[in-house]
Amino acid sequence: MSSLPNSFRSGPDERGHFGMFGGRFVAETLMPLILDLERAYADAKSDAAFQRDMARYRKDYIGRPSPLYFAERLTDHLREISAASGGAGGAKIYLKREELNHTGSHKVNNVLGQILVARRMGKKRIIAETGAGQHGVATATLCARFGLDCVVYMGAVDVARQEPNVIRMEMLGAKVVPVQSGTRTLKDAMNEALRDWVTNVHDTFYCIGTVAGPHPYPMMVRDFQSIIGEETRRQMQEAEGRLPDSLIACIGGGSNAMGLFHPFLDESSVEIFGVEAAGHGLDKQHAASLTGGRPGVLHGNRTYLLMNGDGQIEDAHSISAGLDYPGIGPEHSWLHETGRVTYLSATDEEALGAFQLLSRLEGIIPALESAHAIARVIELAPGRTKDHLMVVNLSGRGDKDVPQVGDILKGRKK
Amino acid sequence: MTTRIDTRFAELRKQGRSAFVTFLMAGDPDPATSLAIIKALPRAGADIIEIGMPFTDPMADGPAVQAAGRRALDAGMTLTGTLRMIGEFRKDDDSTPVVLMGYYNPVYIYGVEKFLDDARAAGVDGLIVVDLPPEEDSELCIPAMKAGLNFIRLATPTTDDKRLPAVLANTSGFVYYVSITGITGSAAADSTAVGAAVGRIKRHTSLPVCVGFGIRTPDAARGIAERSDGAVVGSALVDALSASLDAEGKATSGTVQAVASLAAALAEGVRSARQAAE
Repeated sequence: MSSLPNSFRSGPDERGHFGMFGGRFVAETLMPLILDLERAYADAKSDAAFQRDMARYRKDYIGRPSPLYFAERLTDHLREISAASGGAGGAKIYLKREELNHTGSHKVNNVLGQILVARRMGKKRIIAETGAGQHGVATATLCARFGLDCVVYMGAVDVARQEPNVIRMEMLGAKVVPVQSGTRTLKDAMNEALRDWVTNVHDTFYCIGTVAGPHPYPMMVRDFQSIIGEETRRQMQEAEGRLPDSLIACIGGGSNAMGLFHPFLDESSVEIFGVEAAGHGLDKQHAASLTGGRPGVLHGNRTYLLMNGDGQIEDAHSISAGLDYPGIGPEHSWLHETGRVTYLSATDEEALGAFQLLSRLEGIIPALESAHAIARVIELAPGRTKDHLMVVNLSGRGDKDVPQVGDILKGRKK
Repeated sequence: MTTRIDTRFAELRKQGRSAFVTFLMAGDPDPATSLAIIKALPRAGADIIEIGMPFTDPMADGPAVQAAGRRALDAGMTLTGTLRMIGEFRKDDDSTPVVLMGYYNPVYIYGVEKFLDDARAAGVDGLIVVDLPPEEDSELCIPAMKAGLNFIRLATPTTDDKRLPAVLANTSGFVYYVSITGITGSAAADSTAVGAAVGRIKRHTSLPVCVGFGIRTPDAARGIAERSDGAVVGSALVDALSASLDAEGKATSGTVQAVASLAAALAEGVRSARQAAE
């Protein structure tokens, strides 16, 4: 465990490191472009016109701010569970409604920022990788809006299990390329996007979907997603007159979580929980890189990875295509090692249960990704006091998962 | 300190010709056949042998090299096994330079210091690690230099004059010019552009410049050899290997010969080239 820094919000250093994590581990072909991007992003960040554009599109195109919603029936349900076991607790649960964003998830926050940067750099062609398709849909959407060519790499397995999003991307004018190599999931989609980028580096911008990849991506994506936590701060002050007591979000690469967490990292009174995908179980196949992995180097950064003893990357598994990735953003690895954030996990079964519970209690069908966070809320909230304010990031809506979950539930009825 | 790579280029300069550099994946399609192939390469005319360290996620490689890595991993190849194979090769051949090429994670997990010790002991002369740019030199490049191993850097068409000094700063052995922006096995750059690029790099360094990516035929190899200090061929050899396998992807009695024959033809192409332009 490293010694605790004065601020958890000052990273990364100028070489893109969060402690020992992060960095720039890419082929030489990409280095000049990554250095250009670093300059272009620094330039954009300090440009008032860029910030004005961001604010305008956030409000009128994405539909921000997203509401912070008091989930009364879920709260009551968990208080009953607390009472049934002889307790008198049950935290007050708020949902940060990122699923109400245009395109149905938090992904659009990041894509908007990156597309505006890409435009400043004069790029005409955008590539992206996607797991569940939410990042692909957000990228296809903004490419349509700004008239840019869009190619989305998606593992062939994910193309099959997330068909509604494939159809949406194609309707928006994007070309979806099913990736047949490796495990044919998100990891391989990212490899294939990197291969495309190496080949078309002169005119192509790689819009990475999470807080991972070579510096400056983990920082840049975090900055674009931090609007989630900034709004939450403000909205909780308005609703309750104080900061929340705990935050909780699901983690694949970890961008929705980082967006919620970052503005609160230096608030020592706020407990923070990330929830990884435990798949079939932590002793079986899963996607919990922090819980079940160790530090390695992949996709441009050093971070926790699932791998064998020879440094070969292992197959991740999650019911949720968006969490089915054997790595995690480097800043999460650092927050894990410093102990600032507590990382938990939820299995496929627990996520399915939470998916159904939230749908029935609140009339909100969550993405399977977000359902992982809800699964841990169900466990944590009854043990907290009634005045405990817990915010869970509802990172996406479950429309894309309806056919998949429907099939699973139908299979069980037979 | 003089390495096998330095010695080999000095000999080639005396002979007035460019180097023929071959690439194959360690353990493809199985460890025994792979060893037999690398033993056959110097006889076929290879001046320098690059050996791929198989990795599950080779982000800069095309389908042929990806598949080769997969076959090797499926056949049980590991980094330890790769070093052991080079040790075996060294029992018969103490002069042909061997360069390991791959991605950082397996080396990082093996442990950098231990890897450098074991690689030197096995008879490795140089390293090419695709995902370690100069910005990450402290990871492996600097320790490798201290251990007496050449760290060979890739330069690409995107490496402009401003960046070249950074790329060349800690490079030794030779410079590997990747003639296209793209993955291994993709289309070849035209040799005139390659000549200009090699000339540009040579204004910044006295190291030999070898050129790779997209060279598939003896004619193409000759064209590149005329304009550089070496032609690197990988995917074409891997394809020849792959084409010789049976329906289950296993080696056949013709596998070693299939690779050696193509290597011999390519070596002939390189040897027929006029001396590289200075």
